[in-house]
Amino acid sequence: MRYLPLTDEDRRAMLARIGAASVDDLFSDVPAAAWTAPEGFDALPPHATEMAVERQLSALAARNVPAGSVPCFLGAGAYRHHIPASVDHLIQRGEFLTAYTPYQPEVSQGTLQTLFEFQTQVALITGMEVANASMYDAATGVAEAAAMACRITRRKHVLVSGGVHPHYGAVTESFLRYTDIATEVLDPNPLGIEDLMGRVSEKTACVIVQNPDFFGNLADLSALAAECHALGALLVVAVAEPVSLGLVTPPGEMGADIVVGEGHAIGSPLNFGGPGVGLFASRKKFVRHMPGRLAGETVDEDGRRGWVLTLSTREQHIRREKATSNICTNSGLIALAWTIHMTLLGEAGFTKLARLNHMKAVEMVERLEQVPGLQVMTRQFFNEVLVRLPGHDAAGIVETLAERGILAGVPLSRFHPNYPELADALLLCATETTETQDIDALANALTEVLR
Amino acid sequence: MTGDMATVTGNRGLVIEEPLIFEQGSPAKCGVDLPDPADKPDRLGGLARSGAIGLPGLSEPEVVRHYTRLSQKNYAIDAGFYPLGSCTMKHNPRLNERMARLPGFADLHPFQPQATVQGALAVMHHLSDWLLGLTGMEAVALSPAAGAHGELCGMQAVRAALDARGEDHRRTVLVPDSAHGTNPATAALCGFKVRGIPGDATGRVDVAAFKAALDDTVAGVMLTNPNTCGLFERDMVELAEAVHAAGAYFYLDGANFNAIVGRVKIADLGVDAMHINLHKTFSTPHGGGGPGAGPTVLSAALAPFAPLPHVVAEGDGVRLIEHIEGDMQPFGRMKGFHGQFGVFVRALSYMMSLGRDGLRQASGDAVLNANYLMARLGDTLTASFEGPCMHEALFDDRFLKGTGVSTLDFAKAMIDEGFHPMTMYFPLVVHGAMLMEPTETESRETLDAFCDAVLALAAKARAGDAAFFTEAPRHTPRRRLDETKAARTPVLRWEPPAPARAAE
Amino acid sequence: MSTLYFTEDHEWVAVDGNTATVGVTDYAQKQLGDVVFVEVPEAGKVLAKGDEAAVIESVKAASEVYAPVTGTVTEGNTDLAETPATVNDSPMDDGWFFRMSLDDASELDDLMDEAAYAAFVASLD
Repeated sequence: MRYLPLTDEDRRAMLARIGAASVDDLFSDVPAAAWTAPEGFDALPPHATEMAVERQLSALAARNVPAGSVPCFLGAGAYRHHIPASVDHLIQRGEFLTAYTPYQPEVSQGTLQTLFEFQTQVALITGMEVANASMYDAATGVAEAAAMACRITRRKHVLVSGGVHPHYGAVTESFLRYTDIATEVLDPNPLGIEDLMGRVSEKTACVIVQNPDFFGNLADLSALAAECHALGALLVVAVAEPVSLGLVTPPGEMGADIVVGEGHAIGSPLNFGGPGVGLFASRKKFVRHMPGRLAGETVDEDGRRGWVLTLSTREQHIRREKATSNICTNSGLIALAWTIHMTLLGEAGFTKLARLNHMKAVEMVERLEQVPGLQVMTRQFFNEVLVRLPGHDAAGIVETLAERGILAGVPLSRFHPNYPELADALLLCATETTETQDIDALANALTEVLR
Repeated sequence: MTGDMATVTGNRGLVIEEPLIFEQGSPAKCGVDLPDPADKPDRLGGLARSGAIGLPGLSEPEVVRHYTRLSQKNYAIDAGFYPLGSCTMKHNPRLNERMARLPGFADLHPFQPQATVQGALAVMHHLSDWLLGLTGMEAVALSPAAGAHGELCGMQAVRAALDARGEDHRRTVLVPDSAHGTNPATAALCGFKVRGIPGDATGRVDVAAFKAALDDTVAGVMLTNPNTCGLFERDMVELAEAVHAAGAYFYLDGANFNAIVGRVKIADLGVDAMHINLHKTFSTPHGGGGPGAGPTVLSAALAPFAPLPHVVAEGDGVRLIEHIEGDMQPFGRMKGFHGQFGVFVRALSYMMSLGRDGLRQASGDAVLNANYLMARLGDTLTASFEGPCMHEALFDDRFLKGTGVSTLDFAKAMIDEGFHPMTMYFPLVVHGAMLMEPTETESRETLDAFCDAVLALAAKARAGDAAFFTEAPRHTPRRRLDETKAARTPVLRWEPPAPARAAE
Repeated sequence: MSTLYFTEDHEWVAVDGNTATVGVTDYAQKQLGDVVFVEVPEAGKVLAKGDEAAVIESVKAASEVYAPVTGTVTEGNTDLAETPATVNDSPMDDGWFFRMSLDDASELDDLMDEAAYAAFVASLD
């Protein structure tokens, strides 16, 4: 077996050295009732060659329609961007790919310096003072932000806007379900008309919003931030499309206290939604309440600059049940991909990529506005909008267009099956990968099926 | 590096000093070429960013060289032996990487119509079949993102089951003193109080103390088996029966599943929930700290409470269930989208490669390798407990007593010899712990070279050469780093240097 | 002139009339190593004996400082936030954590005097 270096001769010699008759003898502490003979696993297949595994898995992959093989307008929290070839080359270097969490800093300076660069980039684009070394994804990051806000304010009520991604809201609700924190998730808010200001009170730990929101709307959050701060609450802002930060006023400049982002769209392919990487930034004064790992600058014995994981007393292996979070790992490799892609883009590339996305979306919207029977609902947006198809079931339209080889967006009914008034609503997104001919194909097909 | 050894640049051959990206490049440079955007009026509603962000600009060759140089400052499994106890640092086959990158897997959007992702849903279903086949359990929740997240999944299912039974007096969770720190942190998140259970002289749970603690306030028990001392809890079946007789649930921390995979079905131990670290047992790469995946298997008692989404076979296809249907009572949702799909593909590729027979051979070799370390080192290093160990060997620092060398110093000297140190100071139940997990993917030659080095170091320590250890490591890109300075005055991001005071 | 008492959690309590000043002992700071962060209670905080009153962290460990007696905090040593190293350099003097009122003098009967604490520490190693 190609992954196992021991030969039978090795095994015999090692058993002799140990003083055991067989490998099974080493398991003598396992009670007989819990021991399974090899035949007990006969329902599972035996080992296979590399060639055979590749053939079987390739056959499964061939049953899917890759998003890049057809015109694709899907967003809703997962965005398809072009990834430079050097990103994947670099993250596959074994020194990055097959290293553990950098607990031994003398032999982990590569990972640690990268995390320090990552933290700086995240802080810069969100307009915040500090950022951590990443979370699992944005959904879990939002949940952690809510818990963090409760620690800081010593309050127990979390208010989640109806404009936040439904998965972020659901994960936050689940995460806090058995704590003494109450999570209130407002109804979906496709038109951006909910009254958050009127709901914040002296009991509110934080208000969680998203910008652009789940339906594509861009909002100025400054007044909401001021209202939160006047009442002693924190403003948490989620960003599902990190590329937007290259063009849109960052949450930090609007008064956000904690910013959580989904980073996968920079550096990583869609991967059917995972793994992602949670970007997590806050004000410096809150840093000791932050979950997750932090890389910090220091010097070595010879006075040379270097990096270590720091402020680790917040973590569970020291504080156990008093830890800020039970989370152990971050999303190191996806954070690395993010940082490499961001470094390749730089200031000029990142801002240009963002403008390119917005202009593609403007082009898409201008074309869709000519489709009879289709209403574009979102007025100010980055690269995604909500449209309505009055009198039609959006999910059915999407199925029909998929059969014609077009991935025509995400119907809201996928998230909100119990809101019949949203059955005709569809989210459509354009990125730099969207071609004019893709937009034409979408508009023509919609014109036909809506007739 | 001082004196005659110093170089002009500070570089040392292949180890090249590398500044931060923020200290390189210029705003005029860019590492990607993008088409020019159309010049239409924007639809941002006046919310365009103003002013520069402050990101540096580097060309592609500069970026490639920067991260290549940084990579060269890392130790990794690809480069050498990594016996980090409790972490299962085994070889990461590259076939798994190639499979995960097939466009039919990597380039799938999570919200494509299900008819266009049947192969991906089949991957999730096959993975479930493997995990259930290996554990004998009733159901599996695939979505938890890592081990601690899987613990949360299992314990939230316990809490949901208790709530469904209306038993709100059960709010205590028993956790052995030797447990991973995530266990008590997880229990606290589920609204439980933690009560510690002492170990006995053999390094296992004290059965009498355990049974005495089981009363009708106990919601559940969190146990690791094989435990964090590398030993199998012999009385596990009896303990599980006592837990169930007391009306509580049994959570097994699956961090050490690699020792028993293909040999012991978890269901036969009386377990109600266990997370499985795909990044340990099933060889998906650790990536310098994630991403992992922590699917959690559940017993029939907890299965109805599994979080969404679910994956079910229907007809000749597979369906993803994202909302409550029928009588399911999910406690909620743990993760955005459908879990760590890219990790699922890698783990499935690994399981298919090894197969049922290879996995059994792998756990056997992992345990054999650990016992070989124990046999070769046990007379010199002080083994903490007697008897065969499982997949990891635990030593303590008694052999260093009076030498002036600590466990940490010893570990740093191992780095100079080209080995990654073992896990140190964990578990907390022995003094100066050294926990070594060789895994099955190390050859006998590697183990012998490691043992020879460790035995020579032990002799050196006992010969009184403390400075050799306290000044180690000497041959690494950086020597020991000042963690006190880092924590007292945290510098967590690069800041532009204060502008030179102009025109004075 | 104050009287010095000690707890088994390695805290010292200097009692002067109705006021108790609380800190951690030299033994405690040595066990913790370099102290990197201290959080002290604000004036006005009401503490029952045994309540968590302050937090002390070193690079590798974190622990709580408990109220050795019942009373109300009158002053926290806010300098420690800026210079946590003072706890290492001067644990019994400049490194004090907080002052509180002494509501029930009989609680002092449960604490150790200097000689008893010295014997207690000697028994630990």
